[in-house]
Amino acid sequence: MKLLSLAVMATLIPGVLRAQDAAAAIGLDERINRIFADYTGWYVSFIFAPLPGTTFSWIALWLVVGALVFTVYFGFIQIKGFGHAIKLVKGDYSDPDDAGEVSHFQALATALSGTVGLGNIAGVAVAVGIGGPGATFWMIVAGLFGMATKFTECTLGVKYRNEYPDGTVSGGPMYYIVKGFEERGLPLGKVMAVLFCIFTILGALGGGNMFQSNQAHAQIAGVFGDFPGWITGLVLAIVTFAVIAGGLKSIARVTEKIVPFMGVFYVAVSVLILIIEWDQIAWAFGQIFMGAFTGLGVVGGFTGALIQGFRRAAFSNEAGIGSAAIAHSAVRTKEPVTEGYVALLEPFIDTVVICTMTALVIVITGVLNQDPETGLYIWNAEAGRIMTDGGVSGVALTSAAYAKAFSWFPVMLMIAVVLFAFSTMISWSYYGLKAWTYLFGEGQVTELIFKVIFCLFIVIGAAASLGPVIDFSDAMLFSMAIVNIIALYLLMPIVRGELNQYVSRLRSGEIRKFRN
Amino acid sequence: MSGTKIVVGLDGSEASKRVLDVVTRQARIIGDVEIIACYVIEWSPFSFQTAEENEVRHKRREEEIAQARERVLDPALKQMRDAGLNVQGRVRHGDAADILDRIAVDEGASQIIIGRLGNRGLVERIFGGVSGRLIAASSVPVTIVP
Repeated sequence: MKLLSLAVMATLIPGVLRAQDAAAAIGLDERINRIFADYTGWYVSFIFAPLPGTTFSWIALWLVVGALVFTVYFGFIQIKGFGHAIKLVKGDYSDPDDAGEVSHFQALATALSGTVGLGNIAGVAVAVGIGGPGATFWMIVAGLFGMATKFTECTLGVKYRNEYPDGTVSGGPMYYIVKGFEERGLPLGKVMAVLFCIFTILGALGGGNMFQSNQAHAQIAGVFGDFPGWITGLVLAIVTFAVIAGGLKSIARVTEKIVPFMGVFYVAVSVLILIIEWDQIAWAFGQIFMGAFTGLGVVGGFTGALIQGFRRAAFSNEAGIGSAAIAHSAVRTKEPVTEGYVALLEPFIDTVVICTMTALVIVITGVLNQDPETGLYIWNAEAGRIMTDGGVSGVALTSAAYAKAFSWFPVMLMIAVVLFAFSTMISWSYYGLKAWTYLFGEGQVTELIFKVIFCLFIVIGAAASLGPVIDFSDAMLFSMAIVNIIALYLLMPIVRGELNQYVSRLRSGEIRKFRN
Repeated sequence: MSGTKIVVGLDGSEASKRVLDVVTRQARIIGDVEIIACYVIEWSPFSFQTAEENEVRHKRREEEIAQARERVLDPALKQMRDAGLNVQGRVRHGDAADILDRIAVDEGASQIIIGRLGNRGLVERIFGGVSGRLIAASSVPVTIVP
């Protein structure tokens, strides 16, 4: 298994076509790849271009700087508002007369099912494998800052959503860009909204779809042996189509129930391992802190750890991408800021809790090879990462670490990866559809066209090795963040206004608790 | 003044019909009674939903309420009004036992009357049905109509 999970590293994923199909199909793969690489390669290189003299892509810095700005601008809302966010999710401030509407908890759970996934399992392994244990520290730091970004975008998502006469709602960056820009008298709102939608559709088809089905197949093939990818793709596509177009809500409901369970299970197993190895926890945190500032033998030292940690956090919790704003817009609340509060828990759960669990288990189980004398990690220059037991990386490294404690874990991990991939696809089909209908109008036929295209790409993603195509789509995903964060900078005074009036009414007792 | 208030839980089942008979009889004995007939749509704010379900949730909620009124509540209200009772109807989302009790407390009702359901699934056998939970936690006397 050469799973690396990091969307950006999708090029490294091997093709999964069988030899017998190879002659015809690979020819087509290659042709598509070449055409794509010729026309889009420059854009992909531009998006993921490293800052001069480093391996740190500017787009990751863009996300982290954004998070830092929002953190300062809103006076460390992620710390001050954390307790209030928990109370909102618990329903303490929910009017009983609104029962039956989408609750804060449900909006949070829906948004989380789109972000918790491969990144938390495999992406972290990549970060720790290259950046060492210290990457964990920087990942947590970036996750904590990212909470402010989510706060900003989800407040705007609810404030400027469209509510239709039949009671349905649509929201997201395309809506707040247009309406918010109009309100502030800023130009180019429509252009930016259209750009955002184009990026969202292309990102949904790739990172939110092809990459997921590709990884799901790689996981299944890793456990059961290799078989043609189109089989996995076809099964996933049929199930997805049944859910998103056939209205087969039961499957969606089952997934939506199993996925949080898998998430809780994953954390529970991690905690169990930490309890078993409790005497190592202090040492592991020591490694994480020391590694954060010295690198502990990692090439690039402290910056190597920092780069990997920041990158992983930024790419895992989607803070700043704008997708969460679409998911959170459906909540029924009179106060947009309340949804911002709730959304700031998302990077906390995704990155600070779940990603950290993976990292701790990898460090504690000792699958990263250390020099017993110096305590430094042994660098495998050829692979460009720390030497590991069995030379594995990515999801295989996570799998190996957990298997050290529980031998049955790899099978569970396969099920988790497939389910996480599936739920991510369902979520992104919705984000893509929202962008699609924003551009082409709502209507059964236009919506069905998108859904069919989406499902076709599931098969293509699982069957083919279309590195450049997936790369391009990932570039689109992060292009969403360029448009979105510019809009967030321009609209953040509106959010501050909302926040101030909400907090003052909360203090005066005008906004009251319904439950204690 | 209207002295006694009774909260009545309805679910549209056979038992509900017997509940109405009992309520009518009791109301006649007591005399000055205000009946609060309530239909609860089982719903939890902590369930998991897809983004698409969230989007249409408000619309669905309205439909659920309209349906509950049309199929269960309105016929029951009519029957009780025809019998000369002072009655008002409510449809709520949430946990039936919780909501019936809360309405009883808020309204200062003297009792809650509900029907007992015959068919009990596995979950109800383990955790107790609405009637079981209501008996365990209610703030006012509860009458269960078999």
